[in-house]
Amino acid sequence: MADRIRSLIPAALAAALLAALVLGTLTAVTIRAGGLGGLSARDLSAIWFTLWQAALSALLSCACAVPLARALSRRRFPGRKLLIALLGAPFILPVIAAVMGLIAIFGRSGSVNDLLQWLGLPTLSIYGAHGVILAHVFFNLPLATRMVLHGWQAIPSERMRLAASLNFPAASIRRHLEYPMLRSTLPGAFLAIFLVCLTSFAVALTLGGGPRATTVELAIYQAFRFDFDLARAAALALVQVAICIAALLVSRVISVAPNFGAGLDRPSILGLAPRTIWPDALCISAASLFLLTPIAVVMMRGVSGLAGLPTTIWQATTTSLWLALASTALTLAIALPLALAAPRHRWAEAAGMLPLTASALVTGTGLFLIARPYVNPTQLALPVTLISNAALCVPFALRILIPQVRGLQMDYDRLAASLDLHGITRLRYVTVPRLARPIGFSAGLAAAFSMGDLGVITLFSDGQTQTLPLALYQLMGAYRLDQAASAATLLITLSFGLFMAFDRMGHYADPR
Amino acid sequence: MLTLDNLILRQNDFTLRANISLAHGSSTAIIGPSGAGKSTLLSAIAGFLAPSAGRISWQGQDITTCAPGKRPLSILFQDQNLFPHLTIAQNLGLGLSPRLRLSDKDRDTIAQALADTGLTAYAQRKPPQLSGGQQSRAALARTLLRNKPILLLDEAFAALGPALKSEMLDLTGKLTTDAKLTTVMVTHDPDDAAAFCPNTIAVTDGVAHPPCPTQSLLASPPPALRAYLGA
Repeated sequence: MADRIRSLIPAALAAALLAALVLGTLTAVTIRAGGLGGLSARDLSAIWFTLWQAALSALLSCACAVPLARALSRRRFPGRKLLIALLGAPFILPVIAAVMGLIAIFGRSGSVNDLLQWLGLPTLSIYGAHGVILAHVFFNLPLATRMVLHGWQAIPSERMRLAASLNFPAASIRRHLEYPMLRSTLPGAFLAIFLVCLTSFAVALTLGGGPRATTVELAIYQAFRFDFDLARAAALALVQVAICIAALLVSRVISVAPNFGAGLDRPSILGLAPRTIWPDALCISAASLFLLTPIAVVMMRGVSGLAGLPTTIWQATTTSLWLALASTALTLAIALPLALAAPRHRWAEAAGMLPLTASALVTGTGLFLIARPYVNPTQLALPVTLISNAALCVPFALRILIPQVRGLQMDYDRLAASLDLHGITRLRYVTVPRLARPIGFSAGLAAAFSMGDLGVITLFSDGQTQTLPLALYQLMGAYRLDQAASAATLLITLSFGLFMAFDRMGHYADPR
Repeated sequence: MLTLDNLILRQNDFTLRANISLAHGSSTAIIGPSGAGKSTLLSAIAGFLAPSAGRISWQGQDITTCAPGKRPLSILFQDQNLFPHLTIAQNLGLGLSPRLRLSDKDRDTIAQALADTGLTAYAQRKPPQLSGGQQSRAALARTLLRNKPILLLDEAFAALGPALKSEMLDLTGKLTTDAKLTTVMVTHDPDDAAAFCPNTIAVTDGVAHPPCPTQSLLASPPPALRAYLGA
């Protein structure tokens, strides 16, 4: 019994740390806000914009994902696997670098406007609500596509075979197989994207702004940096927390499990796809063009200037790398004990999901309020960024780790217990080797996220402490676009490099 | 002597009672219909299931609340007896030292156990590279290294083919007799019980009955067991 309690100490510490961080900042924010009375009409329109842009972004992403996922599921072509793998990339793509790419394509002097001008049509601006939504679709279309594609692949091929043998026309296949699958997949995809877009900051910071395209996150930042109105920032932070909690509650109610019964994993049959290929081909080409060209354009423009980047950029790069590594270590130190405790103790998983209720700017505001009476908050820019990045990554790491831990405990807990394996020995010889891959994968995601994140640091930085994303943002603001492209190239390369390094390490450490 | 003293095991609405003593060095089988609680009983002896009442003791010492790894016993499951990512030598080493801190003497002992079970050539291989029979022998070798007085077999060789299974049972019988182990074996196969265990515990109707001589139990089974054994 004493052993069992002792083995829970690391998880309890991790849970306490997260609870202190999330609830502590929430308390600080609540006290400082002193009610929601301080909110102006401008703030209310920020709340409204946050909600409708998130809904529209999610809707558009899902709507585009359905034909794209269908095309990917029923066609085979060279590069298909690579394309599907690349659909996972936006998760590790630094937002600020991708925004730079979108500006290069859709901005005032981008290729889309060149084309419109040549055709004699009016040009469009990427700044404003539609720019924010465009960027959100860019980031979330791949996520939605992967979820829907997964749904298509989860329809047992036996059902498809039955449909083929009954000579179902396309309409019947849709009605009996595809619609039920979409009904169970799309609400989940919609909500996942809706949640991400609710806390969008970097996109709104760069492409939004103004009375009609300000999210709550951005409004917190503006109340902070421009008005230095901490009470209003705190009130907005409370609103943001309320929105997140409401959305999480709704997603718990709505999530539906698909029910197709078990299949025998027979290979899928492709014979049911319509003969005419061009709609699918068009769909896949358009999506690839939309998702790949922005990044390609930035990197082509930036690669030649890499050597000429000023030393301040290299200093910011070093800072960002340290930050990413330290934040990854902290993420794992919190997530691993929680994941190991989660299958038996519900509180561990609940504690790990706490950061989902707080966005980066909410945590930042709270920590600023807590720190201010004691120290000059700008001195804490890096530690605060580190802690907040690590905490925000914990829920994602847990979602990757917990199913694997469950499997590990199911397979080997009794054996380990019967051999009296416990503590560090068990961690070293059983837990870590068996979980090497998911640990490596979550470390990769955490490192890439922390490397590319432009969030809390914007509240705390005095211009002296710089991270690479912040330096890139300032270069863009100063219209030094060639240098910005080079910095973006560097940032993209390092984010992907860190992800791949950790992921490979996980594969390498896996003794199987 | 292994004693189950007025033991009551509960899982949801299932209850199993046992009041049993097993002599030191004896071999006992546990048979009974599926779901009667054979493995539940073994789990309780091994320490994976806390009894809701009663005591388990070994040589007069109460072990009811001991952690599984601290009990004076080794257990072999139907599968997952080896860690697939560790070598056979490491898997055996866990039987000597759960921290895998092995002295030179320990290494000699492991080499001897590998030789006894015909696995010398496989010391540095990992379990998935071995056949099912070789994996079973490695697991058995480890129980000998653990040097605990009780051996529990939970349908340990059920996944092997008939010839291999009886070969493994013979080997187990020889090794346990040499080491004077008290053996308790859950099995589906009455022939295994007859060949390997002089006495058998029948588990039926929520009760683990005290051991009876295997031959007479199988020759004239009580009604609840007769249905399970067939004609």
